[in-house]
Amino acid sequence: MTATSHIDQQETARPAAWDWLRETFFASRLHAAMSLAGAILIVAIGWHLLDWAVLNAVFSSAGGPEACREASGACWAIIDARWRLILFGLYPHELHWRSATACIVIVAVAIASCMPVFWRAARLATLWIAGMASFYILMRGGLFGLAPVSEAKWGGLSLTVFIFSAGVLVGMPLAIVFALMRRSELPVIARTMSLVIDAVRSLPLVTILFTAAVVLPFVLPGWLQGDKLYRVIFGFALFFAAYQAEIIRGGIQAIPPGQDEAAKALGLSYWHRVSRIMLPQAFRNALPPTISQFVITFKETSLVIIVGFFEVMASGNAAYGTGDWRFAYIEVYVFIALIYFTFAFSLSRYGAYLERVMRVGKN
Amino acid sequence: MLAVLKLRKTRNWIIQALFVGALAGIVIFGAVTASQTMQAQGMTSGFGFLFRSTGWPISFSLIPYGFGDPYWKALLIGALNTLFLAAISLTLSTLVGLLVAVLRTTRNGVMNALGTIYVDTFRNIPIILQVFFWYAVYTHLPRPREAYDVAGTAFLSARGLFLPGLNVTGLSAFIAIVSGIAAIVLALWIAHGRRFSRKKPAARRRLSWTVAGIGALAVMAVLVAGRIPDTQLLSLPELKGLNFKGGINVSPELAAMATAIAIYGGAYLAEIFRAGFLAVRRGQIEAAQSLGLSGWDVFAKVRLPLAIRAILPTLTNQYVWLLKATTLGIAVGFADFFMVVAVSITQSGQTMELIGILMAGFLTINYTLSSVLNRINRSIALKGQNIN
Repeated sequence: MTATSHIDQQETARPAAWDWLRETFFASRLHAAMSLAGAILIVAIGWHLLDWAVLNAVFSSAGGPEACREASGACWAIIDARWRLILFGLYPHELHWRSATACIVIVAVAIASCMPVFWRAARLATLWIAGMASFYILMRGGLFGLAPVSEAKWGGLSLTVFIFSAGVLVGMPLAIVFALMRRSELPVIARTMSLVIDAVRSLPLVTILFTAAVVLPFVLPGWLQGDKLYRVIFGFALFFAAYQAEIIRGGIQAIPPGQDEAAKALGLSYWHRVSRIMLPQAFRNALPPTISQFVITFKETSLVIIVGFFEVMASGNAAYGTGDWRFAYIEVYVFIALIYFTFAFSLSRYGAYLERVMRVGKN
Repeated sequence: MLAVLKLRKTRNWIIQALFVGALAGIVIFGAVTASQTMQAQGMTSGFGFLFRSTGWPISFSLIPYGFGDPYWKALLIGALNTLFLAAISLTLSTLVGLLVAVLRTTRNGVMNALGTIYVDTFRNIPIILQVFFWYAVYTHLPRPREAYDVAGTAFLSARGLFLPGLNVTGLSAFIAIVSGIAAIVLALWIAHGRRFSRKKPAARRRLSWTVAGIGALAVMAVLVAGRIPDTQLLSLPELKGLNFKGGINVSPELAAMATAIAIYGGAYLAEIFRAGFLAVRRGQIEAAQSLGLSGWDVFAKVRLPLAIRAILPTLTNQYVWLLKATTLGIAVGFADFFMVVAVSITQSGQTMELIGILMAGFLTINYTLSSVLNRINRSIALKGQNIN
C-alpha cells in the first residue's frame, strides 16, 4: 500500500492530463503511429462529411433539382421539398397536424414511462392506454368533430410509431403470460409453451409478418379477419412476446429461491406471489435486456414495408423514386437513418444509464 | 363434486386438458376454415404442385434453372441462395466484428473512438434501411462503359461486380469446393484434434501439411478436368456491347445484401467479441507474454481461443439471427428462400403447403446451425473448475 502510493505520488508530480495523454495516445511507438493514422482518418472523414453535408450542400428547394445537380455537396433540398411525404405518408395534407400531434403524444408517453414515478404496473398501464387511445382518436378521427381517416391512409412516421407501440403494448402482457406458462409446474403447459416460443424465435420476423398479412385471411372466417394493419400488429406482438418472455424468464430465474419459499411459507396464493414478489423483481433484473429488446423492436418495425405498408421507409423510397429527384437517394436515406438513430440511440443510452444506476444500487 | 375440484391433482389435470383442448380447437377451426376457403376458390390441397413447372424466372441461381423447371427445384434454388448468402455475409461480418473488437480493446484512445463510432452508428440504424441504401448505391454506379476497374480484370458498375473466374462446369466447381473444405477440416483436425494427441507435434504438423497439399492438388485436378471444352481455364470479364461477358458476376442485389449484413452484423459481433476479450483475465495474457510469446502468438493462441470459449453461446444466437436477416433479400429482389416461397404462393395459390415448407426450412436451417455450434461449444469447453 505505502510503496505503491509512494510511486503514484512521484508519477503524479507531472500534470495528470499529460500522463493521461501519453497513456492513451503515445504509450509506445506503435501506439503513436496508430494514433496519428487514426487521427488522420478521422479528420479526413470528418472534413469530407462537413464539406459534403454543409459547405457545398443545397438546403433550399427554391432552385429545384437543377440547383442540386450543379452543387457538389448534399442535396437537402429534397428533404425541404418532400419532408411532409416522408413524415406523414399518404395522410391527408390539411390534417397533418393531427398525425404530428399523435406522434408527439406517444413520444411524450414514452419519455414519461422512463421516469421512476410511473414504474407501477397500474400507472404504466393507465399512461399507455390513455396515450394509445388519444393517438388512435387523433389519427382515426370520427370523434369530437374530427374528420375520419381510414387506416389505409395512415403512413410515415406515425404509422411506424403506432405499429411499434401497439405491438409492444399487446406483446408485453402476452410475454408475461408466456413466461409464466413456460415456468408452469404443469408439464403439458410448460412443454407446449416452450415449443411455441422456440418455434416463433427460430422464424424470421418477415415470415411471421407475411403469414399474418397474407395467410391468416386463409384460415380465419371473414368476421374475424379485421384490417391487415391489426393482423400485422398481432404478428409483431407475438414475435416480441416470444423474445420478451425469455428475457422475463431469465429475470425470474435470477430471483433467489428463498423469496418464493418465504412467500409460500406466509401462505400467499399463486397470484399474490406472482404479482407482488416474482414479477416486480423479475422486471428489475431484466430491465437492461428489456430496453435493448425495445431498441431492436423499434428498428424491426421498419420491416412492415415488406408486407406493403407505407411507413417512413416506404415513403422515403417514394420521395426520391418519383419525379426529378432520382439522384438524391443518399440524402433521403441519411435523413431517415437520423430519425431512427435519434430514437434508437437515446433509448440505448437510457438503458446504459439505468444499468449503471442499478449497479450502484446493488453494491 | 366441489370437493373433487379442490383436489390439487384433479384440478391440474382439468386445467391441462382444457389447455390442450383449446389449442386443438383453434387448430381444427383454422383447418376447417382453410379447407372451406380452398373449396370456394376451387383449389386442391396436397404437394402435387411441387412437380408442376413454374413458368417464372429466378434472378439468381447457383444451379441451372429454366422456365419449365418444377416448383421443387425453384424452392431448392432459394434454399441454396439463402445458404450461399449466409456463408458470404457471416464470414464477412465475423471479420469486420473481429477487427472492430480489436480496435475497441486496444489501449489507444483514437482507435477506441473509431471503433465506438462505428458500433454506435451502425447498430442504431435498421438493417433494412442499410440494405436499401447499399442497393441504391450499387445500382447508381456508372454504366458498364464507364465502370471502375482494377487493372482491367475486375469491374464495378451498375450491373454489379465482375470478377475473374474459372471456366468450369458447375458440378466440378461443387466437387472442388467440397474437397477443398474437406482437406482444410481434415488438416485442422489432425493438427488440433484429441484423437492424434499421442503423436509428436512435429509429425502431426508434417502430416497436416501433407493432407493440405494433397487437398490442394486434388482441387486443381478436378478444376482442370472439369473445364468447359474449347475455353480458356481462366475467364476474364470483358466489355461486349452494353454489358460485360465472362467472369463471375456478383449482382447488385447480392452485393447489397452481403454489404449490409456484413456491416450491421459486424457492429453486433464486435460487441460480443469485445465482451469475450474483456473476459480473458489480464494475468493470463501477462503469463503468455512472460513466456516470451510474440504479440501475434499471444493474440492467436491465448486471447482469441479463451475469448471464443467465453462467448460461443451468445455468438451462436447472433449467427442464427444474422442468418434470418437474409430474408430481407425480398426487399431488393434477391431470390432467397423466403422470396421464392412468397412468389410461389402468389403464383400457385398453394398457401398452406408453401408456408409449411417455409417454416420447416427455417426450423431445419436454424436447428442445424445452432446444434453444430453447440456441439463445438461442448467440445471446446474447459473441463474442470480451475480456469474460466
